[in-house]
Amino acid sequence: MTTARTRPLPGSLGELASRNAAPPSSSSEPCKIEAKHLNFYYGQKRALEDITVQIRPHLVTAFIGPSGCGKSTFLRTINRMNDIIPDTHVDGQVLIDNTNIYGPGVDVVQLRRRVGMVFQKSNPFPKSIFDNISYGLRINGLAGTTSELAGQVEESLRQAALWDEVKDRLHESALALSGGQQQRLCIARALAIRPDILLMDEPASALDPIATQRIEELAYDLKKKYTVVIVTHNMQQAARVSDYTAFFWLGRLVEYDRTEKIFTNPTEKLTEDYVTGRFG
Amino acid sequence: MRRSLDLAFQACALLVLLAALAALAALIVDVVRDGTARLSWDFITGYPSRRASQAGIFPALAGSIVVILLTAILALPIGVAAAIYLEEYGRRNFVARAIELNITNLAAVPSIIYGLLGLAVFVRLMGMGRSVIAGAATLALLALPVVILATREALRAVPKSIREGSYALGATKWQTIWHQVLPVAAPGILTGLILSLSRAIGETAPLITMGALTYVSFAPDSIWSSFTVLPIQIFNWVSRPQRDFHANAAAGILLLMGLLLTMNGLAIWLRDRYQKKVAG
Amino acid sequence: MRRFEFVIERGLFLCALLSVGTTVGIIAVLAVETAAFLREVPITDFLFGTEWTPLFSSPSFGVLPLVAGTTLVSLIAMLVALPMGLLSAIYLSEYANSRVRRVLKPILELLAGVPTVVYGYFALLFVTPLLQQFIPGLAGFNALGPGIVMGIMILPLVSSLSEDAMRAVPNGLREGSYALGATKMQTSLRVVVPAAFSGITAAFILAVSRAVGETMIVAIAAGQQPRLTWNPLVQIETMTAYIVQVSLGDTPQGTLEYRTIFAVGMLLFVGTFGLNLLSSWLRQRYREEYS
Repeated sequence: MTTARTRPLPGSLGELASRNAAPPSSSSEPCKIEAKHLNFYYGQKRALEDITVQIRPHLVTAFIGPSGCGKSTFLRTINRMNDIIPDTHVDGQVLIDNTNIYGPGVDVVQLRRRVGMVFQKSNPFPKSIFDNISYGLRINGLAGTTSELAGQVEESLRQAALWDEVKDRLHESALALSGGQQQRLCIARALAIRPDILLMDEPASALDPIATQRIEELAYDLKKKYTVVIVTHNMQQAARVSDYTAFFWLGRLVEYDRTEKIFTNPTEKLTEDYVTGRFG
Repeated sequence: MRRSLDLAFQACALLVLLAALAALAALIVDVVRDGTARLSWDFITGYPSRRASQAGIFPALAGSIVVILLTAILALPIGVAAAIYLEEYGRRNFVARAIELNITNLAAVPSIIYGLLGLAVFVRLMGMGRSVIAGAATLALLALPVVILATREALRAVPKSIREGSYALGATKWQTIWHQVLPVAAPGILTGLILSLSRAIGETAPLITMGALTYVSFAPDSIWSSFTVLPIQIFNWVSRPQRDFHANAAAGILLLMGLLLTMNGLAIWLRDRYQKKVAG
Repeated sequence: MRRFEFVIERGLFLCALLSVGTTVGIIAVLAVETAAFLREVPITDFLFGTEWTPLFSSPSFGVLPLVAGTTLVSLIAMLVALPMGLLSAIYLSEYANSRVRRVLKPILELLAGVPTVVYGYFALLFVTPLLQQFIPGLAGFNALGPGIVMGIMILPLVSSLSEDAMRAVPNGLREGSYALGATKMQTSLRVVVPAAFSGITAAFILAVSRAVGETMIVAIAAGQQPRLTWNPLVQIETMTAYIVQVSLGDTPQGTLEYRTIFAVGMLLFVGTFGLNLLSSWLRQRYREEYS
């Protein structure tokens, strides 16, 4: 993993690792997602080091950092998508609503129902738009009767701000949609099964500016009903869209705070260097 | 000087290649010349006879079709199931590696050995007798490595992003395979099946060995009935000293080649038609 | 749901295991019957005897004539298939442009798709009579005709596997040779072929294995007279043709004559299996060389 560096390594990295990165303002809101001393390994290689963080509900939290810093890896631990990759290993805890999702007896299938995910490159199924949405409902036993199902599909598409564009062609192939529409379809698909949390892994990185803007607006709107975590390499996007921001570097959580603070007056020098563009 | 040697070599290599193709052409011309006269509707629907000019090939034709259909019914589910296991479930364990190696070896075993196996196990041990079903079981074993290989390639061609999208919605492994992966892989699987069947329809040695008869005057009326197939009938006629029977053999060859061309054409058409774009 | 998934996985595993069952079945069947055979016929008589007359009233069970027949036909097939196959492969890999290759290769593959019984017809009724015009002493059943036809049938296998091996050779080697002023022929023969040597040898060995196991061409055109000879112009019998001969007859189960087909089958299996293993090992080596 290489990051473009124009300055020598900051020496305070050792201190950072042991610091508990909780937001400074004490708050009585319960935290939705919490990591406690999370370490993650691809084989022998440690990709996440001692991550401890508390993510609040009904907010948009952004993960930022240079390529390869572990932000996507951490995102994928929240719905245990990393389980699919062979030879991976988790140390520490990830809690959702105070239950450790890596504990014994956790049903991964149920977990993924509650934690939805949208991927960097949109991946609609090679089926019709309708069937893309109904698939999640069917396999989770949430599909109603034919008329109810139609209503469920419509509601998801409305939430993803896609309904008006596709309502007349629900039974056409999803692959005929534009890139931005496909991504919104993927969001609708994830929302259809009514998760609590929506994880978005660089959802707009493959899209043009207009489509990107629509995705960002959507992410911002969705926090009313869901807890949204978005990974992005685009700092301006993070600044526009999120309430809290976590900055990762080389597998460590460097700083986590309200977005305004991270971007205007960060505590760590490393954070400041990153958000002002001095590296990465 | 060297240049002309090079050209001579190139011409030589090309000539050799063309000579092989000329041999094929000679074969086709020879068969067509010998057999076209005998090829008639009476021939196709008639029954064998001691008089060459009155002999028909119907029992063999019917036998071939029945055997191939039964072989398909046996080989497809088992082959696809085995391939799914090897490709989706058993990727990293030692037993799967051993099975893979085993399949590769089986693909190179002479087909007559399969006949010996079929004779001992299906005909004698399992008491099926020299029946159509025993023949089909023998050919199914022969066809299995090819079906498994083709299915694995078709499964591998399904993009990982589709599987990920399905898992993220809370689908189990089998749900993902059944609802998403198999439908996309289906054309490739069918093409592989048809190609393996087109090889099986020309197989003679294993069926002779397990006891298909060379003189059968009826089409098979049940899966337990004795039978013959096109290539065996051809073999029978070629082995007779009388020239008239040789003409029958040639006509039979034309019929067999016609069947082969149809099957291969079907396979190619299937592959081209359903090679849909699966990812955007 | 958990249990259902588990049952499915077990079911799929069992289907995969069937292939192992097939191999076990082949070995078991051949071994059991061969063991029974060897209880009545000493193994030295079988492997080193020179007369194969198991169906006579005072039978001999020396398998060498059958082995000789198989070897003779395979040898002739290899003399045809190896040089022609290799030359075709060189042409397709080093000379032909992609358009030519796209046309010629599928036609070449057609050769491999023709059923062997058709090749048998061709060998008996076209090739042998044709050869008889040039070689007056050629018998109606012989080793030469089917050998040549078998060679043509195996040619695509040699060609395509050799071509794979040659195309795996990195272009850098070719370019280095051209840069020194070598012609295509020199580059092909002196650089590419040696570099692809393991792969080409693997292809050859696999082709031999295929020839040894081939049945119908020889059953139709080579004859049914086991004869320990190197003469390609007379009637012989191969191991595979013998098995067919007995299967066509009325030999009852459990008799010594019945068991001979398994003993010969065992020999055939061991031989081809050994060749296949050797070929696989060589192919693994050339893949490692260039990965």
